[in-house]
Amino acid sequence: MKILICISNVPDTTTKIKFVNNNTTFDKSGVQWIINPWDELALTRVLDLKDAQAGIESVTVMNVGLADAEPTIRKALAIGADKAIRINADPVDSFQVASLLADAIKKDPYDIVLCGIESCDYNGASVGGMLAELLDMPSVSAISFLNIAGGKVELKREIDGGQESIEIATPFVGIVQKGIAKDPRIPNMRGIMMAKTKPLQVLEPSAANTLTSVGSFDLPKAKAACKKIDPDNVKELVRLLHYEAKLI
Amino acid sequence: MNFEFTEEQKMIQQAAKDFAERELLHDIIERDAKSIFPADRIKKLAELGFLGMMTDPKYDGGGMDTISYVLAMEEISKIDSSTAVVMSVCNSLVNWGLENFGTEAQKEKYLKPLARGEKIGAFLLSEPEAGSDATSQRTTAEDMGDYYLVNGTKNWITNANCASTYLVIAQTHPDKKHKGINALIVDKDTPGITLGPHEDKMGMRSSDTHSVMFTDVKVPKENRIGDDGFGFTFAMKTLDGGRIGIASQALGIASGAFERALKYSRERKAFGTEIFNHQAIAFKLADMAVKIENARNLCLKAAWLKDQHQPYGVMSAMAKQYCADIAMEVTTEAVQIHGGYGYVREYHVERLMREAKLTQIYEGTSEVQKIVISRSLLK
Repeated sequence: MKILICISNVPDTTTKIKFVNNNTTFDKSGVQWIINPWDELALTRVLDLKDAQAGIESVTVMNVGLADAEPTIRKALAIGADKAIRINADPVDSFQVASLLADAIKKDPYDIVLCGIESCDYNGASVGGMLAELLDMPSVSAISFLNIAGGKVELKREIDGGQESIEIATPFVGIVQKGIAKDPRIPNMRGIMMAKTKPLQVLEPSAANTLTSVGSFDLPKAKAACKKIDPDNVKELVRLLHYEAKLI
Repeated sequence: MNFEFTEEQKMIQQAAKDFAERELLHDIIERDAKSIFPADRIKKLAELGFLGMMTDPKYDGGGMDTISYVLAMEEISKIDSSTAVVMSVCNSLVNWGLENFGTEAQKEKYLKPLARGEKIGAFLLSEPEAGSDATSQRTTAEDMGDYYLVNGTKNWITNANCASTYLVIAQTHPDKKHKGINALIVDKDTPGITLGPHEDKMGMRSSDTHSVMFTDVKVPKENRIGDDGFGFTFAMKTLDGGRIGIASQALGIASGAFERALKYSRERKAFGTEIFNHQAIAFKLADMAVKIENARNLCLKAAWLKDQHQPYGVMSAMAKQYCADIAMEVTTEAVQIHGGYGYVREYHVERLMREAKLTQIYEGTSEVQKIVISRSLLK
């Protein structure tokens, strides 16, 4: 079974977000980049299954990004992916990412294609669904459990108020959320050394359209300072919630 | 000159940071209070390859450079020095000593499982009456023909209980003074070895420290490292590299305390503003930042010299002395910035301050480092 995990190169979740060029561009200076956490969890689960001899022949990661994404891609190799592909483009929107991924995947198909449910930069939460449509493949969203045994693929997905267990034939696109693995893997020394020698193929992008353009970004308003009220003073709490917060 | 880290070095730094934050932080206060050794976490650290990270891959190590080791040691020590010291003893003292001075048979039998992290090592030099003056070894290794008979007591031994492989420094020819000393590889389960109680220390309370008593312990001749009488030179050469480990540990203690103090200063308000906006606090933080930057550069310089196969003994002494001394200063200021909160366990900085103190004492006190540094000035 050949498995592909699409990985995004995103700012570390503790990054202080700033915009430049009249709030139209994210300021990348001084930012530390990481594998999108949902993608990393998907990769971790697949590698655990590969280690458990679940019949996985190869694990590939694919990223749409410029050369500055390579340290992040190398980390995926250090964690244990067998090979990596970088589509050499600076994508503008989710549709462009999905199109570029789809064009590359069509030329070299996989049994399972996994994406994180969203990326923690622009949080579009749309690449997975678009990718399945462009590949004309079935997709399963919000996967919180994946098992492969005896060639059978079992999934669980979160639904309102419960969980749905699914058995699915390959190929398919899986859109993964947290729960699929507990913690992302920490690369070991051997993995870090081997990452240098594993293949990282660079593909030139196909001619993919963009469907959107950004008008401007706005930062959320700064949170007001916390007000502490004595636990015995319920009247004051009610007064503040009513007159100041206007919540009740 | 290039101050950029490589991709691998950054990855190792991040791996160490992730490990420390995920695996060590959540129970460090309890482990410190109750002196609990984190055996399960040491196993995980070993599985990731950190305990043999600098050993040549042909002996099953990670083959990383000393710069990477400094970066990893700093990150682990920011959170848990008791774990970092296991890493330091295994990498800098035991593995490095065996790799550089052991025979191929010794490396095959002892170094490989240590480098794989399957076994842990300990370095037994200090004695009740031989700390800074390591020439005055009272432990004896009597030459009995085809084996050595070891008798004596070693003090303050890190990893004494969890280790399987001991490197023991002992006197064979007292008339030859330090030139009669030998270094022996001793299996911990050899009959005649007993451990004293776990030391109730001021800091690094989660590390595994005991005295070790030897009573008629038979050690095969083939377990001697180097020629007869090489033991003191072996210990001194090994400690040259060990200082880089402890210097980076002290650096991590300082930078861990600094990061906590900086964060606190931006949250805590006094006189209507965050305390960072008061010059008294801001200048403290500026002084701490400069000291840490200096300390880091000294560690990295010593590590770089070692990686370039250039003499590094004096630079590692400078790094050890400076990093340990500023760790004490920086952690003391971090407690001060936290005020009353700094004096309680929950905020970690009082623990870091207690840990910093040990870095001025073990693997060569700050005063001994100054002997090494000042003697080099006369050459």
